Amino acid sequence: MGEQITGAQSLVKSLELVGVEVMFGIPGGAILPAYDPIFDSKIRHILVRHEQGAGHAATGYAQVTGKVGVCIATSGPGATNLVTPLADAQMDSVPIVAITGQVPGPAIGTDAFQEADIRGVTMPITKHNYLITNPDDIPRAIAEAFYIAGSGRPGPVLVDIAKDALQRMTEFKYPQSVSLLGYKPQTEPDSQSIRDAAALIAQSKKPVFYVGGGVIKANASAELIKLAELVGAPVVTTLMARGAFPDSHAQNLGMPGMHGTVAAVTSLQKADLLITLGARFDDRVTGKLSSFAVNAKVIHADIDPAEIGKNRYADVAIIGDLKESIRALIPAVDAELKKSKPDLETWWRQMNSLRSTYPLGYNEPDDGSVSPQYVIERIGAITGPDAIYVAGVGQHQMWASQFIKYEKPRTWLNSGGLGTMGYAVPAAMGAKVGAPKTPVWAIDGDGCFQMTNQELVTCSLNNIPIKVAIINNESLGMVRQWQSLFYQGRYSNTDLHSKRVPDFAKLAEAMGCVGLRCESKGDVDRIIKEANAINDAPVVVDFNVHRDAMVWPMVAAGTSNDEILIAREMAPDWDSQEL
Amino acid sequence: MAQHTLSVLVENSPGVLARVAGLFARRGYNIDSLAVGPTENPTVSRMTIVLNLEGHALDQVSAQLFKLVNVIGIQEMKSGESYQRELLFVKVKKSNGNEAKIAEIASRFNGRVIDDGSSTVTIEAVGMPKDLEALLSQLKEFGLRELVQSGVIAIESGDVTLAERTLTETGVASSESHSQTEDYQN
Repeated sequence: MGEQITGAQSLVKSLELVGVEVMFGIPGGAILPAYDPIFDSKIRHILVRHEQGAGHAATGYAQVTGKVGVCIATSGPGATNLVTPLADAQMDSVPIVAITGQVPGPAIGTDAFQEADIRGVTMPITKHNYLITNPDDIPRAIAEAFYIAGSGRPGPVLVDIAKDALQRMTEFKYPQSVSLLGYKPQTEPDSQSIRDAAALIAQSKKPVFYVGGGVIKANASAELIKLAELVGAPVVTTLMARGAFPDSHAQNLGMPGMHGTVAAVTSLQKADLLITLGARFDDRVTGKLSSFAVNAKVIHADIDPAEIGKNRYADVAIIGDLKESIRALIPAVDAELKKSKPDLETWWRQMNSLRSTYPLGYNEPDDGSVSPQYVIERIGAITGPDAIYVAGVGQHQMWASQFIKYEKPRTWLNSGGLGTMGYAVPAAMGAKVGAPKTPVWAIDGDGCFQMTNQELVTCSLNNIPIKVAIINNESLGMVRQWQSLFYQGRYSNTDLHSKRVPDFAKLAEAMGCVGLRCESKGDVDRIIKEANAINDAPVVVDFNVHRDAMVWPMVAAGTSNDEILIAREMAPDWDSQEL
Repeated sequence: MAQHTLSVLVENSPGVLARVAGLFARRGYNIDSLAVGPTENPTVSRMTIVLNLEGHALDQVSAQLFKLVNVIGIQEMKSGESYQRELLFVKVKKSNGNEAKIAEIASRFNGRVIDDGSSTVTIEAVGMPKDLEALLSQLKEFGLRELVQSGVIAIESGDVTLAERTLTETGVASSESHSQTEDYQN
């Protein structure tokens, strides 16, 4: 018989072997046995203030590094507090592993103290999950969890371990390899589908690259640039794909979707071919599906076969790892284009006309107050494209996507699918832990900030000097915008009064951060520079901004992309456009 | 809308039925019948699921099912290429010495009387769903006291087995057909 160790020691040893460098968590009764070997482990454990923060931090870490993020919590409420970040990671395909303690095996099912069936709860919001009651099963479960989380279409995996399984003795046996009967992601694209796609591309007169977050997950940006330049077609990058293709590149038309640019939205609507790479035809991109890109054929490349045809029929499906798929496409497309290359000049003339007629923009408020777009634009311009930007959810998120220029993948983090308010501060914390030398700005709203700001205490105490810009319009701004547009300005429960209470600068100081406030346009640049110069503490800047600013352009929910408005009751002048 | 029968091989692990049922519930797919049981391989169970769906939706169901880590293989059981059977028990009301008539109807559908009580006759029958439906419609006039049906199970005709199709080393189906519905391999 080999050396006997506890299940808890086996867990920590397995986490070390799988390469975990850092985890975010909070101990509690059921997970307590695991925290004893954690005390001696080389793995850095960051003690957060709320389990939701641990989950989003794991996500931020994963999105910046491309590695699997790890969070750990106890049973019952500790585990249920992870539900939101797990659902968030599932929607945005982020590889994280959550370890939770469970009540002892014999107590499971008895409604014991701090018992929650977290495996049952998280079944629909994880890629896979485990309940472990035998200590011998721990190493295999950990190895499988990390493999499943990080391979194929990435996603969250939860491993729930009964307390007695952590306490009992076991012979440590780490699996040599992981092989799962029912999980074998196809990474190599089928060569016929590559040829079919190349043939369609070579026939298209109005092609568009519809680029989604999968390109970033697959680390395929360099390949995408090559293919895009070879084809010469316009490129649109979805909310999850900002940075996958440089904003400065002449072929980039910006973001499509509900708050996309007129050029990007219209390019999809008028295209004859969508070259869809790692995107999923989300309703925020397609608008009313039946009127989306009605004349376009679709090439759909994705690693997840279930995305093919889910929302939109694919004329050619390429299933595989996007890096490999794009690599395979380049020579195939090159060969086709050498036979005949369609003239895209008319198409580009139309798109360039839209781009120059309807650039992103905003009006300065009449009352002399600061416009939120200006603040966000200046943060991006002053801090530059090497920094990492992390947004919450709402108006400030859309403006951060629109007015910061992204040049590289993994520099823009946000909660796209689930739309989780409160994501920014903890995700920025995780991002900074993953990229300690890179400046990390959380662009947050005053509503979002009040959901998860307690993690600034964690940042202060653990030397994680993030910067937070609170775009304070003293309201739930996006909801207020919808109330302005669709509820006759009846502002039911969207006024947060957050220019009075709380005092964000003082709150920041109380949490060990530097707290700054900016109330006039003339101070914006100076205060951003002041914040950028502080590297030994987290910084929070309360930017007081105009509360009536709206996000434009806008495709109202449930309507067609053809009904895009550039301002209130103002459609683009289609008659003057040659389309 | 058309009825489709899917045979699904799953790992025989705790929670797998909940995963499949939960997937159907949250994606809004309606199950007409579901039967689960062991297979020749003790680590593998087999589910037979009957669904009423459009062709496109069937592709989605198969693809989503196949994403479950515990799902090993999926195959549509097509009529003409498979045998599909269901087991039925029914208690029929007795009156005026109609037992002989009930037994005679049952035997026409390969059913038989397995219990003769004081007020009911219990029939057992195995058959294709449409035959069992016909049997029930004829028994209805006597009055049905209790009805239990097992859900359909199905097996492909010929030598091929679902395990051979799906448990090959590479995880790629050995069948030449590769339509999305027929055998979903990731």
